Amino acid sequence: MAKKYKKTRDESHISAARHRNEKGLKDMKTTKEDQHLYNQYIHDINQERKIVLFWQCIIIIGFIGLWELASRMAWIDPLLFSSPSHIVALLVEKFSDGSIVRHIGVTVMETVLGFIIGTLLGVLLASSLWTSKRYANVMDPYLVVLNAMPKVALGPIIIVAMGPGYGAIIAMGAIISVIITTIVIFSGFREVDPNYEKVLKSFGATKWQCFKEAIFPATLPVMISTLKVNVGLSWVGVIVGEFLVSKEGLGYLIVYGFQVFDFTLVMASLVVIAVFAALMYKIVEKIESWLIKKAT
Amino acid sequence: MSFLSLENVTHHYFTKKNVTRALDDISFSLDEGEFVSLVGPSGCGKSTILSIVSGIMQQTKGKVLLDNHPVREFPGAIGYMLQQDYLFPWKTIIDNVLLGPKIQQKTSADIRKKALELLSEVGLKNVEDDYPDSLSGGMRQRVALVRTLVTDPKVLLLDEPFSALDYQTKLNLEDLVHKLLRQYHKTAILVTHDIGEAISMTDRIFVMEANPGRIAKTFEVPIELRDEIPFLVRRHSKYQPLFDKVWAALNGEEIQKNTG
Repeated sequence: MAKKYKKTRDESHISAARHRNEKGLKDMKTTKEDQHLYNQYIHDINQERKIVLFWQCIIIIGFIGLWELASRMAWIDPLLFSSPSHIVALLVEKFSDGSIVRHIGVTVMETVLGFIIGTLLGVLLASSLWTSKRYANVMDPYLVVLNAMPKVALGPIIIVAMGPGYGAIIAMGAIISVIITTIVIFSGFREVDPNYEKVLKSFGATKWQCFKEAIFPATLPVMISTLKVNVGLSWVGVIVGEFLVSKEGLGYLIVYGFQVFDFTLVMASLVVIAVFAALMYKIVEKIESWLIKKAT
Repeated sequence: MSFLSLENVTHHYFTKKNVTRALDDISFSLDEGEFVSLVGPSGCGKSTILSIVSGIMQQTKGKVLLDNHPVREFPGAIGYMLQQDYLFPWKTIIDNVLLGPKIQQKTSADIRKKALELLSEVGLKNVEDDYPDSLSGGMRQRVALVRTLVTDPKVLLLDEPFSALDYQTKLNLEDLVHKLLRQYHKTAILVTHDIGEAISMTDRIFVMEANPGRIAKTFEVPIELRDEIPFLVRRHSKYQPLFDKVWAALNGEEIQKNTG
């Protein structure tokens, strides 16, 4: 993540510099020397990026290579820790016969739904808390307790209540993020400068108008930033849910592999989870920057 | 008959530990088109008066009447301009300006035209589709002024609207606001720390004292100064004597506070 962050920052830096330069050409006479220094600057940035990328590659190649070597030389127990070549072979097999696609589909669907439901419910709950100070005060201790409680501990109860199926697992993915979303967004609502409301009230605005025109849009950046946190949380909820009860999904594959002592399957599932969780995070990040652009 | 009147307005602020009488028995009245100012030390309740007149805050005792009716019966009749512009950063300039009509559900092509006219009158042309970030402090405060004026409020409340600006911008804006208020014959109350601003812009000055907030003294601004451009008032021969009197009244209050 740090790598990507740095990269995008550098990129924006470059494009900003280019932008400035184009503008600069219009209102300022750039000399040959200016142009030379600018090229040098861009060159340095690119050089730095290449060095960072090089070391990132070294780490991943080194890690995989060492793992493979350690497994083959039996420095580590190959039965417990598997090896990259075994994992790749298994993944190729599972993808080519298509058996893993269904598991991936189920888990991704559960996570996405859990994420959306959890976030929307959090926004709705926070909005309802904002409507009445008394209601918010009444709810306060319950929110504190619910937030402090590890939500995955509710797993068995949810499964009993909703029956073992997609519903219960989606609920796990949602419930894990809903309380924290509520609390973060509600405190965002309360931190909006009261003077915006003052302006609106001087025009005779109702409470709903104040919410719609000032409170909600001013809190949008907070809401957007909760998206990234929630997508990670939903993965936790869904995988734990699948651990507890399921016949499909990546969490199920991990538990199954564990039970039959097939750690290649466990590791392969972990790799797939890592890839898809990162992908989903990236997508949310893209949605986030698109929303920010739209909102400002 | 007075247009806006405060009758024995008293206001208390409560905390868990104690109660403060922020305003004590404030009474004054304004004729239509009159422009008065409130000056006084911090914490004397100047802004509280504005909040009560605007109807945002409810006084604990007393009445605020507009045209002989409680002011709360006229939502949106009082325009309120704050120390900072409080333009909504996610709205364009024109959307900011049209916020009042939108809230009051009076959006129309006419209002939009009027808003654009007012914008160009305050020297802001072709900025309506920009966002507030791209404007300077003085320009933003002018947008805030237009936002307040476009709903055609019966009374305008100005809460230190120039105090966050640099001196040059402040002087220019004083002239502009003074001109517009006279032109549209607006009734207005200005809260300020700046005695010069009070003298050069308004018709009457209420000097307030703190603990509890009271009107200590009232000064009439000489007729010759009232219609003069604020910038020129400061050079007028009658300016300095009045300034000294207001200054003395303000400092008298300070001394009282120190001994008491």
